[in-house]
Amino acid sequence: MNHGTALLWKRRALSSLSATRRGLPKEKMSENGVSPRAKVLTIDNMNPTVKKVEYAVRGPIVQRALELERELSEGMKKPFVEVIKANIGDAHAMGQQPITFFRQVLALCSYPELLNDSSFPEDAKSRARRILQSCGGNSMGSYSASQGIESVRQDVARYIERRDGGVPCDPDNIFLTTGASDGIVTMLKLLVCGEGETRTGVMISIPQYPLYSAALAELAAVQVNYYLNEEKCWSMDLSELQRSLDEARRHCNPRALCVINPGNPTGQVQSRQCIEDVIRFAAKERLFLMADEVYQDNVYAEGCQFHSFKKVLFDMGPEYSDIVELVSFHSTSKCYMGECGFRGGYMEIINLDEEVRAQLTKLVSVRLCPPVPGQALMDLVVNPPQIGEPSYDKFIKERTATLSVLAEKAKLTEQVLNTVNGISCNPVQGAMYSFPRISIPEKAIKEATDKGQQADMFYCMKLLEETGICLVPGSGFGQRDGTYHFRMTILPSTDKLKILLNKVKEFHQKFTEQYS
Amino acid sequence: MLRLRDVVQRSVPPRNSPLYSGLWQRDGYKTQPGPQVTEQPGLKRFSTAEATVQTGAGHPCRMREKSLTMASLSPQVKAVEYAVRGPIVIRAGDIEKRLQQGGNESFTEVIKANIGDAHAMGQQPITFLRQVVALCCYPELLQSPSFPEDAKQRAQRILQGCGGQSLGSYSASQGVECIRQHVAEFITERDQGVPSDWNNIYLTTGASDGIMSILKLLVSGEGSGRTGVLIPIPQYPLYSAALSELDAVHIHYYLDEDSCWALDIEELQRAYLSAKQLCTPRALCIINPGNPTGQVQSKKCIEEVLHFAYEENLFVMADEVYQDNVYSADCHFHSFKKVLYEMGPEYFNNVELVSFHSTSKGYTGECGFRGGYMEVLNMDPQVKEQLVKLLSVRLCPPVPGQAAMDVIVNPPREHEPSYAQFIKEKSSVLDVLAQKARLTEQILNSVPGIKCNPVQGAMYAFPRIFIPPRAIQEAKARSMAPDMLYCLKLLEETGICVVPGSGFGQREGTYHFRMTILPSPEKLTVLLGKLKEFHLRFLEEYSQEGAQSSSLHREEGVQSSSLHREEGVQSSSLHREEGAH
Repeated sequence: MNHGTALLWKRRALSSLSATRRGLPKEKMSENGVSPRAKVLTIDNMNPTVKKVEYAVRGPIVQRALELERELSEGMKKPFVEVIKANIGDAHAMGQQPITFFRQVLALCSYPELLNDSSFPEDAKSRARRILQSCGGNSMGSYSASQGIESVRQDVARYIERRDGGVPCDPDNIFLTTGASDGIVTMLKLLVCGEGETRTGVMISIPQYPLYSAALAELAAVQVNYYLNEEKCWSMDLSELQRSLDEARRHCNPRALCVINPGNPTGQVQSRQCIEDVIRFAAKERLFLMADEVYQDNVYAEGCQFHSFKKVLFDMGPEYSDIVELVSFHSTSKCYMGECGFRGGYMEIINLDEEVRAQLTKLVSVRLCPPVPGQALMDLVVNPPQIGEPSYDKFIKERTATLSVLAEKAKLTEQVLNTVNGISCNPVQGAMYSFPRISIPEKAIKEATDKGQQADMFYCMKLLEETGICLVPGSGFGQRDGTYHFRMTILPSTDKLKILLNKVKEFHQKFTEQYS
Repeated sequence: MLRLRDVVQRSVPPRNSPLYSGLWQRDGYKTQPGPQVTEQPGLKRFSTAEATVQTGAGHPCRMREKSLTMASLSPQVKAVEYAVRGPIVIRAGDIEKRLQQGGNESFTEVIKANIGDAHAMGQQPITFLRQVVALCCYPELLQSPSFPEDAKQRAQRILQGCGGQSLGSYSASQGVECIRQHVAEFITERDQGVPSDWNNIYLTTGASDGIMSILKLLVSGEGSGRTGVLIPIPQYPLYSAALSELDAVHIHYYLDEDSCWALDIEELQRAYLSAKQLCTPRALCIINPGNPTGQVQSKKCIEEVLHFAYEENLFVMADEVYQDNVYSADCHFHSFKKVLYEMGPEYFNNVELVSFHSTSKGYTGECGFRGGYMEVLNMDPQVKEQLVKLLSVRLCPPVPGQAAMDVIVNPPREHEPSYAQFIKEKSSVLDVLAQKARLTEQILNSVPGIKCNPVQGAMYAFPRIFIPPRAIQEAKARSMAPDMLYCLKLLEETGICVVPGSGFGQREGTYHFRMTILPSPEKLTVLLGKLKEFHLRFLEEYSQEGAQSSSLHREEGVQSSSLHREEGVQSSSLHREEGAH
């Protein structure tokens, strides 16, 4: 074996430079414990902004759930037979079936020989042909333009126009993304600058989807929290927005306002009036508006309706629609399709400065392009089978079935949770989650504190260990001090969801008793 | 209640305008007139010309200033440059559109030789791979008799690894477990038994995503404590773009063009030492086979690099996405991991090494799927946890891309029904590439004023071009890099889209372009013919007097013969080395 001795290289003065001289910690052992040599990259010298990133949806609870699953499969005895993961909005993993038409087109695009297969419907074939024609070399294996395939962007624009009752949409304003997350991070990247008091601040709701806090931590931007009003069904409150902004202005330069509608994790659907107020606020305070609208098809409650920020903005007239900088995000992962794994999405950007747009195009070009199968899927979502096409009936049947089951589960979840003493749950008007408030006895809070844990983390961990149910503690999303919550998805099948809710109920009663 | 970040007051060093920062502003692709980069040899910190940009002023009609303008845009984003999809390519897109609308040009099509996009250039996908992906997308096809059994088995295996047996579920953030296991098996087989632990495998969204994630971990410190990363020049501009975005220090080590773009350890040391006074060099990036330079590193050279990294405590990032693209008969791909292993436990247990691979290159060319993996060796376990956390924010790499990666690391075996067709398709793609690599080198070297190293591997030629002083002057007058002027003219006159060497970095006063070898042999021949004509025309147009161009030839003759001599020496010492094992 060549231990470097065979290297012809002459010894250099500098080769004696050891790790100690560079002040690296020496105590770290390599994995096999043989060498006392310090690592180049350690927890102490790694990027501090990465260290600050937190993402509870896949945090310690979920790690533990995976371990428990493994232990179960290895035959270990547990007080439950399966782990139910209600931590993440992952519809297919919970048994939701994909939309047949979408998958047919994707199979056709993947393996175009199937275009000769008579068992595929004609409309699926024509969609596949159209997508392939817009791919380099007629292959999904080509890079697309960094902004996304042009014909897909055109379809997205037409979809938005239909959705918004004719408000015009320019395909040049559409950027396809790798899921909505990618778009959100990209936009935030553009916005972050300055140091100290001029550092960019970004207003996010509390509770929030932790992608926002994670992205802001990574970018070392200032997270500016505004609290949703739990008493009013998690609605957005203008005076709270103002308070939060005014306070933040003393420390940083708040430049953007993020809104999630329908809400994640809180499930509220914003009223039109509220959206107008928010837009007026953004216009007055010169804030860049980021509207996370990935749950736009997930509205369940009577009397609630999805209003896009764009539509409301244009209804408010040119005084607003000519000036407010707005980006709206959508995705293939939620709604009735639940195609998370494809990482498809788009964003529409309105009133972006032209030079900044060129910078954005440059920035996204470094990553080459969003995954093309995800773009294809996005195309199908915005351009589904139309009346008269062979796949229409089946498509509508599948879509309706999925959405009505979700509506049913939203109601069920709210009802059952509200029957439990010490749990109160706002109506799940939309999205895929309930975010009930739980009362945790003082004794439990103390025990958690002693263990260095958040009280709701303690609660969720116990719930997991005792029942196999995996939820995410409210502290992972942010909540008012002294209140505790958890987020659970409404995605398990109705039967499973019933079992789950009953187990939660039993657990909560036991927990309350144990610590009272 | 506000959660304020710890405000770190950063002492921002005076910033100069980068060479081509203005290229993106699209107004004639001009750089901003202003101070040029103060070149520390081998060390250049790309930065932005901040505060020089007036906003709104140029748009009198604008009533109100945008909240996001060039003045308030993230300076890191501003500093990012990515020539492979830069102004030339945007211009090519415009011309293409004009052609489609019946516009009059002296050519009928734009040939995009700017990017390693095999399928766009007509390369056919591997049937087996696409069959498996189609089966995974639409599992009803598992009943179809027209799909081979081995494809069905692969698809079933992948689906079993997916939540709800659907590609539509999020996977674990590190990737589908069984695919990671297949990757580890593939690496073990590739490296002739060197063990690979699937816990060290992370699936990624193309290799770029993995490279970016690892760099993110590495960047810290302020001032002279700021992380520096050694990258080759010429480099694949993802590296410079990522480092700019992360505000890390770029440390350039120059590849030796005269020795077929070999990595020279002395140069590596020089770069390292000169950078050490200004920042904290912590990582070393190597691209092998080289992009854009097409060289394949010898085993000896890899040993030297690893030894250097060991001695200087550098984190090694080996970009090995072209591992299947080796064409020269006397070159072989040696993985950094295998070489590290053979250097013995002191090295193998210590050097922190990440190797990147992708679905986009090789013989599959599946760029659009954005599949890839990285193998991470000797990473501190706590840092690994941080890496998993970081990856989890993005949820997961695209699952169809993971499936494509699975097929690449677990292709049909000899006894399986798809084997014969698979091998036929694979070798035909690789044979044609090898043929085109040779063709490109030969024709380019037949042009006076162009000199091209052998394309030993990867997918690009990176020839050096002579640009007459008058053309250089004209470029300067137009605030443009001379090779940008060259490539722009080439595009406008012939429809051929190549990327100027300045987008990859090159020694001062030298000029290059990168072109892919991906067009079909017929098209490539046409392209090279046109290029030759263009170059001759260009030389003529800008030559002042005949004498100058003949002196060029004389000079070049000397250079190229010294090149050959040097190569002879190197390769004989290499052989000695290898014989000793």
